[in-house]
Amino acid sequence: MATPASVHAHAAPQGFIRRYIFSLDHKVIGIQYYFLALTAVFVGMFLSLLMRIHMIWPTAMIPLIGDIKPETYLSLVTMHGTIMVFFVLTTAPQGGFGNYILPIQIGAPDMAFPVLNMLSFWTTFVAYIVMLSAFVVQGGAPIHGWTGYPPLSAVQSTGPGEGLGADLWITGIAIFCVASLMGALNFITTTLDLRAKGMTMMRLPLTVWSWFITAILGLLAFGVLLSAGILLLMDRNLGTSFYLPLIVVNGQIMQHKGGSPLLWQHLFWFFGHPEVYIAILPGMGVASQVLSTFSRKPIFGYRAMVYAMLSIGFFGFMVWGHHMFMSGMSPYSAFAFSILTMCIGVPSAIKTFNWLGTMYKGRIRFQTPMLYAIGFVSLFVSGGLSGPFLAQPVLDIQLHDTAFVPAHFHLIMGVAAIFGIFAATYYWFPKMFGRMMNETWGKVHFFITLIGTYAIFMPMHYAGMAGQTRRYSQFTEVAYLQKLIPLNRFITYAAIITISAQFIFVINLFWSMFKGPKASDNPWEATTLEWTTATPPPHDNFGGVTPVVHNGPYEYGVPGAARDYVMQTDPAVGLGH
Amino acid sequence: MGLALMVVIWLITLVSTYFFVAKTWWLPVGAAEAANFIDGQFALTYVLMGIVFLAAQLGLGYIVWKYRARASSPPSDYSHGNTTLELIWTTLTAILFIGLNLMGGSVWASQRFDPPAADAVKVEVTGMQFAWYFRYPGPDGKYGATSPKLMDPSAGGEAAVGLNTSDPAAKDDVVTGTMYLPVNREVDLSLRAVDVIHSFFVPSLRFKQDAVPGLNIHMHLKPTLIGEYEIACAELCGLGHYKMHGMVHVVSQEDFDKWLAAREAEKQ
Repeated sequence: MATPASVHAHAAPQGFIRRYIFSLDHKVIGIQYYFLALTAVFVGMFLSLLMRIHMIWPTAMIPLIGDIKPETYLSLVTMHGTIMVFFVLTTAPQGGFGNYILPIQIGAPDMAFPVLNMLSFWTTFVAYIVMLSAFVVQGGAPIHGWTGYPPLSAVQSTGPGEGLGADLWITGIAIFCVASLMGALNFITTTLDLRAKGMTMMRLPLTVWSWFITAILGLLAFGVLLSAGILLLMDRNLGTSFYLPLIVVNGQIMQHKGGSPLLWQHLFWFFGHPEVYIAILPGMGVASQVLSTFSRKPIFGYRAMVYAMLSIGFFGFMVWGHHMFMSGMSPYSAFAFSILTMCIGVPSAIKTFNWLGTMYKGRIRFQTPMLYAIGFVSLFVSGGLSGPFLAQPVLDIQLHDTAFVPAHFHLIMGVAAIFGIFAATYYWFPKMFGRMMNETWGKVHFFITLIGTYAIFMPMHYAGMAGQTRRYSQFTEVAYLQKLIPLNRFITYAAIITISAQFIFVINLFWSMFKGPKASDNPWEATTLEWTTATPPPHDNFGGVTPVVHNGPYEYGVPGAARDYVMQTDPAVGLGH
Repeated sequence: MGLALMVVIWLITLVSTYFFVAKTWWLPVGAAEAANFIDGQFALTYVLMGIVFLAAQLGLGYIVWKYRARASSPPSDYSHGNTTLELIWTTLTAILFIGLNLMGGSVWASQRFDPPAADAVKVEVTGMQFAWYFRYPGPDGKYGATSPKLMDPSAGGEAAVGLNTSDPAAKDDVVTGTMYLPVNREVDLSLRAVDVIHSFFVPSLRFKQDAVPGLNIHMHLKPTLIGEYEIACAELCGLGHYKMHGMVHVVSQEDFDKWLAAREAEKQ
């Protein structure tokens, strides 16, 4: 029987274009995804900066941009959410690090389908360009928010930006769905078929588990969003009425009838809730990997961690209705969605306990990746604990669509996921680029970002409790909201500082790429397969050798061992799985 | 570094908690019957989650400081976990989360499944870009017919909701831009939207419900405190979302009757 290595080996490509642009190498593709996400996160962050400025100084003239109108503000809301969710939180952890690291961590020479891999990146790239082009067309980007609820998103006359901009927005998302489906197939096949000898499922690093489960979620969720998006395009352009009942916009009767606006919400959130886990699961994997490495201790409860991620994935498909408690869907179903949502809190809590258990009685080293992993745990707890508020329909009567909700999801699936990306960046940068990042600036970046994140999002909880409604471009029209302006001013200042601090990261990243000290093959003294190979890894990952695995992924502090860690390829020891 | 991290995590935790405990920003005054239960449930959730928050964050800070690597620290504990502990905290979390959830059911049910009281005041709420209209059925207790063909938002009032004035039941319908409700009497609300989804949110009445085109959603509530309360649209509805604002005046039964009579008189 042919070994995976012989089946999937492809010769190292010659020439710049085959090597760096239309590359089949998962490592190059991973870096391409990462840089795409890096540009996207700066676009998304810049949009949020404009939003925060407009909320506090609605008439401010911004250099080169001018003043921001209420409809422009809503375009910013829409594009900030869409770009961050799809092109950052879905792209960087999975497309970026998953692509680069997963094949190496399982001992494979490449992804199962290298051409499909290249295709999925370039499809994502097209989706990104189509999405960004919504900014420059007549009417600008859509104003319907990243959730795009019809009828607002389905009828051109409901507002500026709902013309060509909205079509481009939906098309961009649809193309992205296709790309993600291709990626998901590749990840699943690779994990199932290309594992090295001895790499049983229960010896997979938790990062691999997280990318694998994320891929399954992606496979099941993106197909639904793709279909939903096509139906929306048809409602907009072909006169169908999937989402549109008889409506009257600006006194004009629209030529639709019989459709249901709630249908979109069901389809969207059937994708949208698993999407939350698509964003955060890889972060959980990275946090587990990094916490174990830098605590010099085996991960606490490996199997419990795997089962917790599997049950999060499983329950993740049964809770979409908790986004719709106030939507007018049957109030009976709220009970089921609410209970199932609480159920998903249980594996999430298990993971937190196990992360604490991993650090407990360890010998913790505080390099930057570890700081970000600890920050991840802190944010995951803070963001997670507002979940049981929002999971209760009665409390949603007060909290739904207030600032409490963005406070919740930014902490947990926004910034916690970003902390996962930061941890992964500082952790794998040496392997990817052959040089170390600057530790001092890494730490400065970490502390400003951690404190800044809390300074932005904690006060949003307070604002939400006081009734501050979401997606308001200014607080001047409602008396009780005017009282919250000082609190919002504080949030805006915190955002300006935190966003500015991100330049520390970018400068560190690019400076280290060329000027950082050379990295050894295993600078963190870690155990998984990517640290057994050269830095950076050769084209086929292991230089013609196929690794054989004898140990579990997190054998640290093994009593009696020559050093305080045993690599997966070392002779079998201790309690290895 | 361990110490710095502990101090930062602890400070963040304590400062965050201070503003919750001090109630510097808190739920607005509750002026409806549901407020008692909702606020109680909120407070209970908040105390329980607050305890978990403090324990987890302070514990995290302590662990990173206590187990920092030093020349003198013992080798790390070679442990792969503890199944008994896993089972204990899984069970505790499940009981805490699911128990909390079951408690909230009754208020949810009472506003939605129980029929409104026989003497409830009927009000129809219609949302459109970017205004709220309120319709009272008048002495006959019946809403007159409306038609999309008759809707003219620029005209406001009856024309905005498309009231068919030739329908006998419509003759005494009152359509206003401000909502008046009598105190301590149940209100039977019908929520509708003509163009896009809006959400009728009155923070002080602890009331929120989306108004959806194509649906007529029934809910009821009982205001318990005389006063003026703001309505803020809570579902993104277009460029004027931020100014889709309205007022609810909760008044005595006597003032309510006077107000409604005056509106009927204007109509004739």
